[in-house]
Amino acid sequence: METKVSSASQEVIISETAPTRLIGERINPTGKKRLQDALKSEDYDYIKELAISQVEAGADILDVNVVTPGVDEVALLPKVIELIMKTVEVPLCIDINNTAALKGALEVYEGKALINSVSMEEVSSNEVLPLVKEYGAAVIGLTIDDEGIPKEAGKRVEIAHRLVEKAEEYGIPREDIIMDCLCLTVGSDSNAGMETLEAIRRVKEELGVNQTLGASNISFGLPNRLLLNQTFLAIAIAAGLTCPTVNIAHVCSTVRAADLVLGRDRFAMRYIQDYRKQTGS
Amino acid sequence: MSQELTNAMATMKEQEAISIAKDLIKKGEDPLEIFASCRAAMEIVGSRFEKNEYFLPELMMSGEILRQISELLKPLMKEGAETGGKAGRVIIATVQGDIHDIGKDIVVLMLDVNGFDVLDLGIDVPPAKIIEAIKDFKPQVVGLSGFLTVAFDSMKETVEQIKAAGLRDDVKIMIGGGQIDEEIKNYAGADAYGSDAMAAVNLSKNWIGG
Repeated sequence: METKVSSASQEVIISETAPTRLIGERINPTGKKRLQDALKSEDYDYIKELAISQVEAGADILDVNVVTPGVDEVALLPKVIELIMKTVEVPLCIDINNTAALKGALEVYEGKALINSVSMEEVSSNEVLPLVKEYGAAVIGLTIDDEGIPKEAGKRVEIAHRLVEKAEEYGIPREDIIMDCLCLTVGSDSNAGMETLEAIRRVKEELGVNQTLGASNISFGLPNRLLLNQTFLAIAIAAGLTCPTVNIAHVCSTVRAADLVLGRDRFAMRYIQDYRKQTGS
Repeated sequence: MSQELTNAMATMKEQEAISIAKDLIKKGEDPLEIFASCRAAMEIVGSRFEKNEYFLPELMMSGEILRQISELLKPLMKEGAETGGKAGRVIIATVQGDIHDIGKDIVVLMLDVNGFDVLDLGIDVPPAKIIEAIKDFKPQVVGLSGFLTVAFDSMKETVEQIKAAGLRDDVKIMIGGGQIDEEIKNYAGADAYGSDAMAAVNLSKNWIGG
């Protein structure tokens, strides 16, 4: 199944036969003091720098989130989206807290945006899905409902089914839904990784939709987080993850290696290119 | 107290700790003494965790060993004396609009194994439900958890409603979550914030003990 998202000048096709597409996660102020300050003072140079460095590191799509205390998301998000559209050419993933902010951002966005996110929580699905339809966007679906994130894979898969059905009732085609089966830390539950992988495998098999994941949650509370994140990411890609949301600079090489092993990198061109970039040769 | 039991637990030797506990029970050792040895181990684990010598799974595992030993001890203890009296009552909730529970669950576990009587209200908890619980459960401490930015406003709202209900002076309020700092503590009107589960235990001990 192919999900297409675009900017004014670029189209990105997400598919299990294409190389894994990387959504850059760094324009998100959660826990990042410097970006919080930049957003508060509307210091656009730092935001531009974050956009450019991620694209240089290999981002196919950039996630944009401006939610921080003391900042009016509704007013600021469209401004930041416009700024980033002028700075880089990749499509954007509009990451919102508040549906009112989403409408303003979609209004200024040029191309087919990816929206982050909708869930099966009553309020979320009722508010976000009509906008996805109205603007012809693609959307990330979280396997959460009003009861929270289920621990068991089976329940997450069940929510994924309900979400796809509900989106289809709004006339949103299945290929415009990218599922996020969510990952909890193996730091507090050693089976958390397996549950997520099982959910990814089943969503791929039963729904066939593209899938994203914020994979760095897996290593919360543990030493050597990068090793765990990279290892988990490679296994998740093999299971059906097609467009992870990641810190590109940290995991790009791992993803290139995984793609090559999975037969998605003809003559290892992308793997070798990444090697040359990393070693400066 | 059994130093052997404390050491086994504090170094994650699950089978050894359980078999020592079984031996002690067989020898007729006072269950409260056995429990005290476990408690001492939990303190060691907690302090190593605070110093970054131990990691989250080790905290979880020591809790699991304690749970198993408690199961062995329960039938031997008189009602009401199960842990030698509770250290105090604490309500914990992830505030409205947020569904993160990993951190909250660890706080609940650590308070529990440190002898507190903990009422876990779960996730996405509206202020009204917290107020109702304060009236029924009469805790000395209320812990509000949240990871998302939206949680900061919910915490503020919850504290304000507790005040409006005339209950603010009855409880100490601590907040926690990935992004919480002094600034957010002041914004929300809480009494303190903690950056990990041991901080929640220490805050509660200080408040209730003193």
